[in-house]
Amino acid sequence: MITDFFTRALIAGVCVALVAGPAGCFIVWRRMAYFGDTMAHSALLGVALGLLLGVDPVLGVLAVSIVLALILAGMGANRTLASDTVLGILSHSALSLGMIALSLMQGIRLDLMVYLFGDLLSVGMMDIAWIAGGGGVSLALLLLLWRPLLAMTVHEELARAEGVKVDAVRAGFMLLIAFLIAAAMKITGALLITSLLLIPAACARRFANGPGTMAVLAALYGSAAVVGGLYGSLHFDTPSGPSIVLAALLLFLCGLVFGRRPFRS
Amino acid sequence: MMQNTTPLVDATGLDLSIGGRRILAHVDLSIGPGEIITLIGPNGAGKSTLVRVLLGLMRPDHGAVVRRAGLRIGYLPQKFDIDPVLPLSVARLMTLTCRATRTEIESALAETGVAHLIVAQAQTLSGGELQRVLLARALLRNPDLLVLDEPVQGVDFGGQAELYRLISDIRDRHGCAVLMVSHDLHLVMAATDRVLCLNQHLCCAGTPAMVAKDPEYLRLFGPRAAEAFALYAHGPHGHDHDHTLSGDVVPADHAHEGSAHDH
Repeated sequence: MITDFFTRALIAGVCVALVAGPAGCFIVWRRMAYFGDTMAHSALLGVALGLLLGVDPVLGVLAVSIVLALILAGMGANRTLASDTVLGILSHSALSLGMIALSLMQGIRLDLMVYLFGDLLSVGMMDIAWIAGGGGVSLALLLLLWRPLLAMTVHEELARAEGVKVDAVRAGFMLLIAFLIAAAMKITGALLITSLLLIPAACARRFANGPGTMAVLAALYGSAAVVGGLYGSLHFDTPSGPSIVLAALLLFLCGLVFGRRPFRS
Repeated sequence: MMQNTTPLVDATGLDLSIGGRRILAHVDLSIGPGEIITLIGPNGAGKSTLVRVLLGLMRPDHGAVVRRAGLRIGYLPQKFDIDPVLPLSVARLMTLTCRATRTEIESALAETGVAHLIVAQAQTLSGGELQRVLLARALLRNPDLLVLDEPVQGVDFGGQAELYRLISDIRDRHGCAVLMVSHDLHLVMAATDRVLCLNQHLCCAGTPAMVAKDPEYLRLFGPRAAEAFALYAHGPHGHDHDHTLSGDVVPADHAHEGSAHDH
């Protein structure tokens, strides 16, 4: 019953999960859940931009997420608004702008569902190349940033005082997330990539005693969720993206039941 | 070892206002190699701000801070809370900003007396344990300058005296300079080479004994503070009795009078 399209879906999904797990750990540690969400929402604007300019929507998404990441990284220093307020403004404005741009385009009938929730089962070899390439770049960037990023996650001022280039590392991390979202667009869709960032990492917390272990476990849980979700969607004839998210949720719930209790609650 | 006498940090004419409030006014400060400097002053005097400016975490409105090229800093911040969402053992905490072998980590922890904590999760440490681990972490960087922002906070009196002795031993052993912030005027450690008394501007500076007699200091803190200060600075180590790490919690004032009688 494993057909070509199914194998391609598995490969693509696992590629995304392998990067989303470790990157998602930093999202969880740095309390940036809403940041991932904002990047994902604004991806729709990228799709519109891509169609408008006649280039691959993935490139449009990449461009918009990079611009957004740089805006957010630049605003980190001085702000009179809380960052979640700013994220909320950017998130919904970009989403609305994207919807309006799409509606104004003549003669384009676009299946929005594909961009919001992904269509893993229609993944082609070209998509796999995108995902493997984007994912590989993201993972390499993450390994490069690992130590300084962890240092500033624990204590930003200490990291800065001891020579970590905090602003550059922060911008690098945001670009990494931008890359990842652009690459994962076709797989999980803009809205569901956030769950592949958050849920496996949250699940891994209970079983990890160090940041490295947690990152590896999150990559494994994410992959397991992809495989489980895809088989589930095949078996129950359900949409693939949401099935993966539900599989991840199931893993998380199992973790709650069977995982170690945290040392303090 | 070649002695380089270039100041590690040289700050001149520092001025800083935040939100229209003057925090620092015309502060000059130079830290020489191997020197122990204690920065004291009342709450809101700008001590932590001055440290942040010296570390390059804040930019002054006027004035300049010159750090020696290649200066290695070990920093012990005033607040250090580790979020429980991040699993972090003491061993991993030690290598936040530098690489080190297991043996190096063990010996740094042993030096501050907390080698047994190496596998503990950082969030489970008590105040005194955390300060010692953080001190070991700063040491592991092999720093030219240790910057300690209120290193004895959250540590009971006996533990405080131990920590001060440890810091002065570390200076003797490693030859690093130490810049320390203290808001507790009773507990300026005896091994301090220079005490700087800050209240927006530098009121007075000198050895602990000199500052204790300085009229500026007396005006700022009152004669009673000077008395305790002078007594504490008297002995070779500032105290001649041992306390356990988890020694009794004694109000600082009373404990102080107690230790004065011992001398």
